[in-house]
Amino acid sequence: MEENRPPRTAKEAAQHQQDMSRRKFLKNSGVLAGGLVGGSLFGGLITNRFDKKDEKKVVNKKEHEAMSMEARQFFTRAHDFDVLSAATEQILPEDEHGPGAIKLGVPYYIDKQLAGRWGINGRDYRHSPYAVKLEDNDKSAGTAGEQSILDRGDLFLLGLRSLDDESQKRFSTAFDSATEDQQIELLTDFENDKVAMRGVQASEFFNLLLQSTLEGAYSDPQYGGNRNMEGWKMKEFPGAQASYAGYIEQDEFQKLEPVSLRDYQGH
Amino acid sequence: MVKKLEKVDAVIVGSGWTGGIAAAELTKAGYKVVILERGQDKKHEDFVGTKDELRYSKRYDLMQDLSKTTMTSRNSINKEAIPVRNNSNARLGNHTGGAGNHWNGMAFRWLPYDFEIYSKTVERYGKDKIPKESTMQDWGITYDELEPYYDQYEKTAGISGEENPIGPPRSDKYPNPPMKDTPTIKLFSKATKELGYHPYRIPSANMSQNYENPDGEKINGCVYCAFCEEYGCDFGAKADPIGTVLSTASKTGNLEIRNSANVNRVSHDGKKATGLVYTDITTGQEFEQPADIVVLAGFVFTNTQLLLTSKIGQPYNPKTGQGIIGKNFTGHFNNLSTYIGARGFFEEKKFNNFMGTGGLGASIDDFSGDNEDHTNLDYLHGYEVHYSQLGTRPIAHNEVPEGTPRWGKEFKKQSLKYFNRNLFITAQSGFLPNKETYMDLDPTYKDALGNPLLRVTVTYSQQDRNRAKAGVARCEEIMKQMGADSMNVTEVKDDIEFDHKFYTDHFFGGAIMGADPATSAVNTYSQMWDMDNLFVVGGSSFPHNSNYNPTVTIGAFAYRAAEGMLTYLKEGGNVAEKLLEKNA
Repeated sequence: MEENRPPRTAKEAAQHQQDMSRRKFLKNSGVLAGGLVGGSLFGGLITNRFDKKDEKKVVNKKEHEAMSMEARQFFTRAHDFDVLSAATEQILPEDEHGPGAIKLGVPYYIDKQLAGRWGINGRDYRHSPYAVKLEDNDKSAGTAGEQSILDRGDLFLLGLRSLDDESQKRFSTAFDSATEDQQIELLTDFENDKVAMRGVQASEFFNLLLQSTLEGAYSDPQYGGNRNMEGWKMKEFPGAQASYAGYIEQDEFQKLEPVSLRDYQGH
Repeated sequence: MVKKLEKVDAVIVGSGWTGGIAAAELTKAGYKVVILERGQDKKHEDFVGTKDELRYSKRYDLMQDLSKTTMTSRNSINKEAIPVRNNSNARLGNHTGGAGNHWNGMAFRWLPYDFEIYSKTVERYGKDKIPKESTMQDWGITYDELEPYYDQYEKTAGISGEENPIGPPRSDKYPNPPMKDTPTIKLFSKATKELGYHPYRIPSANMSQNYENPDGEKINGCVYCAFCEEYGCDFGAKADPIGTVLSTASKTGNLEIRNSANVNRVSHDGKKATGLVYTDITTGQEFEQPADIVVLAGFVFTNTQLLLTSKIGQPYNPKTGQGIIGKNFTGHFNNLSTYIGARGFFEEKKFNNFMGTGGLGASIDDFSGDNEDHTNLDYLHGYEVHYSQLGTRPIAHNEVPEGTPRWGKEFKKQSLKYFNRNLFITAQSGFLPNKETYMDLDPTYKDALGNPLLRVTVTYSQQDRNRAKAGVARCEEIMKQMGADSMNVTEVKDDIEFDHKFYTDHFFGGAIMGADPATSAVNTYSQMWDMDNLFVVGGSSFPHNSNYNPTVTIGAFAYRAAEGMLTYLKEGGNVAEKLLEKNA
């Protein structure tokens, strides 16, 4: 029967679930307390559809269209993407000022970046020898930390799985299922090199994760993050305005509607 | 097999400001010039819609592709150097126009003191004041001799500025008035005046109005869109080589720019340079371009590497102090000389931080060079303190008061709150050359074409740390006067070392100039002492750095070098001697 046909796409799945109670749906799909996404399929769709503050809110047309274009390009294992989503959301959480990393599209932004030239360190010097004795690494010595043979894609996978393994070890649960406090504890320990990773310092992974999250939140929407320019709106940054010649001498703060490159270029 | 091409009058490495100025002057005089540029062809059209922070500031679209070549770095002659692998540690210009495309446009002149640093120090304080590790020396030229070339460059680039109340003498005023005065610039100017200092507006290569230069090139007035420092200009409103000197040279019909041409070495017979050997990196084919004169107008690292790989001149040896090529490397180092200072946070005031342009701001010179009496100070040279309104962009700018976490709820709250409520002032300082800060060839690492990488060794001395500390303290004093409610002040630690970042694009030395072939590689026309048809032009010829941004001084010396090239093409020989007789 038509009703029993399994959903083929995440979009269909979300539609299929629309009539179910929120509680039941959350349970089935693995959305966790605290608004984090644990389910493997639906990602941003679910968090948008079931906004914590307004249960009846549905995805508006514009958001829906934007998100229906998304698919993972780099991450093959859904769980890795879920861990990534949860980690970025801790770095830039949703709060009263506006959306967090997931709603801004940061996980998809990072996925796209890793699938491109940046993910394979295409512009970086990659000749050997790479030999780095981690114990000798001077953390203040900028480039010393970049002497790893891992490319950024490798580093992300290794780092996310280390986060998850450490969560299992300490809390007997996957990282994306851990509580907010547990997730923060784990990320803090990675930030401070209190967890050992092979071939690279944990802080190297953490710093890359942190930097990428900010990029995804605040770069032009063309890259898949900063959805609907919400990152810029929170920050009162007006984007690619053509000119400030008429404003720059004025004393009062100018609150301007942001302009994306697509708006700016017209195509 | 190297394919030999037909000889031209001049072949130039690099199409930035120095290569562009040489090309303009030579082609106007009727000489045929070929520029070999390893980057891509760029036109102003490429910069339309450039307002993309990720692409240009985080992915470094205009910068040197380090997968092709880079440097290795270490902070002591006893350590093994490691490669600079990532653009976040090396922001070097590339493509047609070079670093001239993405400069901010801060257009300072250097001080008379800079060019005669050794003799002026001895004269004022005695020989004992010179630190034992220092290799500082005079440049063989005075400010007064250089002044006409400063004037020429400023007119070519249409610099917008105002008279500096304590600046060196000028033969003429700036070709354009200063840029707009903004509320935050006024705040800095007022505070520094109240403290008894002498603020003036930063001279700028971002035009305060539409301008036509003496070559007939038009530059538009700036619209303050705030995408300048790592970006080409959307509006053709920043002086760059593409819109000025390269355009002028192209119009003569005597210039050919060959892109994707990576120069590997200078061909020579030991007495004369015969041309440049390069690889067309689109095909892998190697060519030799013969010429009557050869001009190295690459960045500091490129020029030095080419001299060393071509075995021209004697490489500097830090243990014996002998040799000259690679000597006196200096720069504005991230954690010592430029990205340090005081960031003030304001609770009651919101600023339009996102508006701005590269050369917009004000500076004080009360502590620049030797303007301050150093008798009782534990360092030589000085710092200029400036506030500049470049325009803050959201990925890079997440400043929060000290003690705030780097991420999470509290970080988000504070970084949003203060994005438009903080101001930064910085002390950019000089750096004295020393025996163990130099460049040579790396014994291990090679570039994509098999050439050895340049190895850079940077050792900070106590003088340099002391100077930085004094600069930061001055920033703190001024920021307090500006009324900040709280401040993040850079801590300059006593044991701070070079952080392997080549990020400021302000680097010097390697083929330094002077009046004596025993202590310099080139004369003050940038002509090699021991190969008179080879000119090595740019920051590589500077025996030390100043506290100011370098581009205008590089431009001035490029005009002087071009005069030397024209003289050489007519008369041959050592042009310094010929022009000295002529001007006497």
